[in-house]
Amino acid sequence: MNIAVLVKQVPDTTEIKIDKETGALIRKGIPTITNPDDLTGVELALQLKETYGGNIHAFTMGPSSAKNMLRELYARGIDEATLLSDKAFAGSDTWATSHILASALKKHAFDLVIAGRQAIDGDTAQVGPQVAEFLKIPHVSYVDRVIDYNDGMLKVKKNEEHRMLTLNLPTPALITVLDEAAKPRYMNMFDIFRRSHLPLNQLTCDDLDVSLADIGIKGSPTKVKKTFNKSATQKQPKQTLNPEQAARTILDFIEAKGGQS
Amino acid sequence: MKYTDGNNCFVYIDHDEGTINQVSLELLTEAKHLMKRLKAPEKVVAIWLGTFTDDILKMLGDYGADHIITCEREDLNQYDVMKHTTVISEMIDAYHPQSMLIGGTVKGRELAPRISARVHTGLTADATQIDLDGETHHLAITRPAFGGNLYATIITPDHFPQMATIRPGVFEAKTFGHTSLPTQETFQYDKALHSPIEVMAIEEKDTKRTNIADAKLIVSAGRGVKNCLNLVSDVAAHLNGEVASSRALVDGGIMSKNHQVGQTGHTVRPSLYIACGISGAVQHTAGMDKSDTIIAINTDENAPIFDVADLGIVGDAQAILKQLQKQLDA
Ligand SMILES: Cc1cc2nc3c(=O)[nH]c(=O)nc-3n(C[C@H](O)[C@H](O)[C@H](O)COP(=O)(O)OP(=O)(O)OC[C@H]3O[C@@H](n4cnc5c(N)ncnc54)[C@H](O)[C@@H]3O)c2cc1C
Ligand SMILES: Nc1ncnc2c1ncn2[C@@H]1O[C@H](COP(=O)(O)O)[C@@H](O)[C@H]1O
Repeated sequence: MNIAVLVKQVPDTTEIKIDKETGALIRKGIPTITNPDDLTGVELALQLKETYGGNIHAFTMGPSSAKNMLRELYARGIDEATLLSDKAFAGSDTWATSHILASALKKHAFDLVIAGRQAIDGDTAQVGPQVAEFLKIPHVSYVDRVIDYNDGMLKVKKNEEHRMLTLNLPTPALITVLDEAAKPRYMNMFDIFRRSHLPLNQLTCDDLDVSLADIGIKGSPTKVKKTFNKSATQKQPKQTLNPEQAARTILDFIEAKGGQS
Repeated sequence: MKYTDGNNCFVYIDHDEGTINQVSLELLTEAKHLMKRLKAPEKVVAIWLGTFTDDILKMLGDYGADHIITCEREDLNQYDVMKHTTVISEMIDAYHPQSMLIGGTVKGRELAPRISARVHTGLTADATQIDLDGETHHLAITRPAFGGNLYATIITPDHFPQMATIRPGVFEAKTFGHTSLPTQETFQYDKALHSPIEVMAIEEKDTKRTNIADAKLIVSAGRGVKNCLNLVSDVAAHLNGEVASSRALVDGGIMSKNHQVGQTGHTVRPSLYIACGISGAVQHTAGMDKSDTIIAINTDENAPIFDVADLGIVGDAQAILKQLQKQLDA
């Protein structure tokens, strides 16, 4: 089973701070991590490889600093890694990003493409399904578990709000995974030492069959009109009260609002 | 696709064998409000795939649909991402809608990106607010970005339809007292549809699920009260409310995921939301700031939760909950 995994390097959003004066994001010194859902995807790929054999190839589109992430994935056990990096890619929205990723994937024959459900910075959960559409292969989002792979058919559990679906789909196919799908293993020192120097593939715009009109800011159907920080004005003054007064105040407040339901 | 002559706003109606998902009604209502704001009001068009009845026609009309386009094939009764992408994309090609809204459910978030890639247009995920850009047909769609630390307003200036997914509970479903039923039109699609994806089994999840999305009163627990959750549930029970929580407790394995309020949990809008020991990260407040009334209890007077609170109390939530329990018992 040959597997492509889509991985993205993201800022550790729990560390993000906002400049109170300007409302802008303070990016300086923010550590980056591998998007958590993508680590799940990598682990799932490793487990599938252990059972069904094959090859795991990770793809990321991003700045050259994403190489560090790919080296870490080598240490985790993937077989090949490709960085798609070009100034012309900058500012791509999910449509353009998926278009770029899909054109790189088209150069290979994969049985399965695994994407994370969503990236914690973009947070759209769109890139996986869009890549599947560009590759003209079926996809299932929100995969909670891969049950098995038999005769080219993949059996998965999909997690919907009120029900679990068991679905069969023929490969090649794409799935997007929830963090329940696999629990990333710990890396061992030996692998970190031995594997993180494996060579990385690097592709630029010229290596791909994409037109400049379809990538980057220009090729992105969506545009950011503005960004703002909503930590608006405080609605009401705060009160510091002892517990008894506080409880009384709360109950009076509820009463004044028309009582409890 | 590039803009031609279309103008209406499509709303995808998510349903299970005819049972309509509430979020679709919320979107119809919101679309109606938006279309009314245009100088020359446009139509809200509900998109229905599968077997259709007069009852459905009336219901969609009640919530804001002016017109309904149906594709009444039995093989569309069950949602399938491949079949639905094909039929909806064909409809978009045939009718050129200005915009299209899709509920941000698991289905919607699986389907919408696939459609947007097929018809080559922009899609904005998890909109929390939709405005018109000036007096044009262009939508200005606001969504949380960077894990909710910032908000971004997104436009899709040159491609159509302008698409957005919206989570359940973000907008309110309201009926409009109307005089005539919506008009209906059949989209004739006769080609064979097949999907390679086969449904092998469907299990309904544990029915014990909480219904915080519909609750009128919620007492919500954050990391600050993780050691006194029994107090939280007791006070909630006394007030006839439900217990919810921040993601910190869900990640910590203390609360189940279906209690989680926020960007990656439920959106709630109860009459009263009492936040106990919750810091008020934007990802959390995105899911509760539309509550009618918010009370916040936190030891940290600078906690951002106070920015959205109608009554803010600086103090130890455990002690205050104990007092509440005592006074409610009295
Ligand atoms: C992509 C992404 C999506 C997310 N989605 C969600 C989401 O859907 N929902 C969500 O909730 N979070 C979400 N988060 C996480 C969010 O950023 C916060 O980390 C989380 O909401 C914090 O939970 P908390 O307020 O309970 O914990 P903390 O931030 O640790 O806050 C605990 C608070 O309790 C107060 N406290 C401590 N002791 C007491 C006491 N005795 N009495 C009163 N107060 C006390 C502290 O002052 C503090 O303000 C998301 C994060 C990311 C990156
Ligand atoms: N720049 C990228 N490079 C590689 N994979 C990506 C990239 N952006 C998104 N993805 C994949 O798509 C998933 C969903 O991302 P998003 O649509 O941004 O929420 C991620 O979990 C990744 O697997």
